[in-house]
Amino acid sequence: MRSARALISALVLAASAATSSPLLAEGDPAQGEALYRPCRACHMLGDGAVHRVGPHLNGIIDRVIGAVPGYDFSDDLANAGAEGRVWDADALDRFLAAPRDYFPRTRMVFRGIRDEQDRLDLIAYMLAEGGRSDSAVMDAANIAIDPEIAAILAIAGDVPYGEYLSSECTACHRDSGGSDIPTIKGLAPSAFIAGMVDYRNGTREHQVMNTVARRLGDEELAALAAYFARTE
Amino acid sequence: MTMNRRAFLGTSAALTAALGTPMIARAQATPRVVVVGGGSGGATAARYIARDSAGAIDVTLIEPQRVYHTCYFGNLYLGGFFDYDDLGHSYDGLAANYGINVVHDWAVGVDRDAKTVSLASGASVPYDRLVLSPGIDFVDGSVQGWSVSAQGRMPHAYKGGTQVELLRAQIAAMPQGGTFAMVAPPNPYRCPPGPYERISMVAHYLRENNPTAKILLVDPKESFSKQGLFEDGWNRHYSGMVTRIGPDMGGNAIEVDPAAMTVTIDGVVEKVDVCNVIPGQRAGQIAFAAGITDGNWAPVSAYDMSSKVDPNITVLGDAAAQGAMPKSGFSANSQAKVAANAIVAALTGSRAFPARYSNTCWSLLDTDDGIKVGATYEASDTGIVSIDSFVSQIGETADVRAATYRESLDWYRAITSDMFV
Repeated sequence: MRSARALISALVLAASAATSSPLLAEGDPAQGEALYRPCRACHMLGDGAVHRVGPHLNGIIDRVIGAVPGYDFSDDLANAGAEGRVWDADALDRFLAAPRDYFPRTRMVFRGIRDEQDRLDLIAYMLAEGGRSDSAVMDAANIAIDPEIAAILAIAGDVPYGEYLSSECTACHRDSGGSDIPTIKGLAPSAFIAGMVDYRNGTREHQVMNTVARRLGDEELAALAAYFARTE
Repeated sequence: MTMNRRAFLGTSAALTAALGTPMIARAQATPRVVVVGGGSGGATAARYIARDSAGAIDVTLIEPQRVYHTCYFGNLYLGGFFDYDDLGHSYDGLAANYGINVVHDWAVGVDRDAKTVSLASGASVPYDRLVLSPGIDFVDGSVQGWSVSAQGRMPHAYKGGTQVELLRAQIAAMPQGGTFAMVAPPNPYRCPPGPYERISMVAHYLRENNPTAKILLVDPKESFSKQGLFEDGWNRHYSGMVTRIGPDMGGNAIEVDPAAMTVTIDGVVEKVDVCNVIPGQRAGQIAFAAGITDGNWAPVSAYDMSSKVDPNITVLGDAAAQGAMPKSGFSANSQAKVAANAIVAALTGSRAFPARYSNTCWSLLDTDDGIKVGATYEASDTGIVSIDSFVSQIGETADVRAATYRESLDWYRAITSDMFV
């Protein structure tokens, strides 16, 4: 009963958003391309996009919030999706303005974009590159795991070793998270490993994290992932 | 002979099986770890040992202060970026959450044969393992004319707490256009960028409140941590305000007169309004009382931070001579976790893992202009060695610098949680 209602409201909202989104027409995707650059550290968009630290953003426009398969969303996003809410242009605009005001428990470490036109440009870019939720790039075949991450996920993590290694993390990462330094507690292994691999090979840049990650081998990443997945 | 021995082993095995918990049944008591000093090294070690041993080790923390004021971020308080009360941390959480016996007293002696620590109150505390994390004391005669008895006139403000409050009050009371002087310490000393972050924060305060004031930095060292970054910041934010007198200009041949409030540099007498003297440093006094020092510091093994003189004693943080790590709160916290793992393993038979250390030091130049330097480290027979490092770059964007500052605030809350919560 509850899920049926959620499904119906999702469909209604999706339909209304798709037909009446004046916000979508106001953005300039060319301007949005540069604004997307910081997002790229965590979110893939376009052909071949897969989940990394954050979920891929293909078909984000009108997609049900927190519901794309293969990604472990925070409760706030998953609950929003269960209630049938979708990423229409208005929801995206409000979220991008101040992510933690909109979804206080989101794991996304991003302070937000103050300028409204910048937000509209960014949304326009995401629509141009990733299409709507019903578009072809949303093909399930695209949701694959990066082989380097898959190899680490296949290792059975040594939890006590991971707990010891985690003491290096807790010097900066609080359980409750900070304004810029996120919590790692309870992070899904796939998300943790994807993030650390990106830091290790330098595709995601941060001086401290790159230096920390460079000395972590696959065994260490698997141990840490196994430990953090157990913390709550 | 063989028969007897086999029979004996058989009996022993049966006894073990019958008792079920041979270690506890055999032990005379729960092993005791005594930690002296409740700063970044000691508080972290006490918390991790108590937490990871889950009651199998009796942990006592001896610390004279009831509220610990971090030395780090004291400069941000001087600059007006941090409230004094936010520098203070209670030990209540360590007692309540981990069952640590917190004793507010001074440790004044160590009997290494009897394995006891004597306290100023006259009590004696027995230990199986002793952790000394006493921080720094000052080298007598390091700055001519200055002694600890002059710290009311010329504060060092290089231990957290009231000295930092005093320095702040003196800066606030400076006459318009007055002179703030700092005598910087010789190497090695606590928090390598600390004196220079302090110059930045005092300059910030003065620019806002006393813009014609001058800053005189007297430095015995040729160069210092993040020097290019600091000097670039001073030029951009406080142009003309800071004058540094290095050893080439007599910065290593100075004398102070606390009564007259003068600094004499290479024979030239300068009248100043505030004089922050940061003297040369050595390990905290208890390390000397324990007889585990060599020169000014206590040498330790890089593998587990145990004293090279007495393996039952671990030395953490500023007091230890360990190799390449800077003396910092971050370093002490990192060392404490390695030592805690080794101590819990030795006393309970839990798993020991290889030593691994890291450090990052953030400094604030001006509003939203943060910089950092850091490294990862590992153990070697010759001491702790650096394996990788990073440092902020001159010319970084304002966004990067603001993010670095916000990151330092997050770190402060995280490390103080890692010590006390």
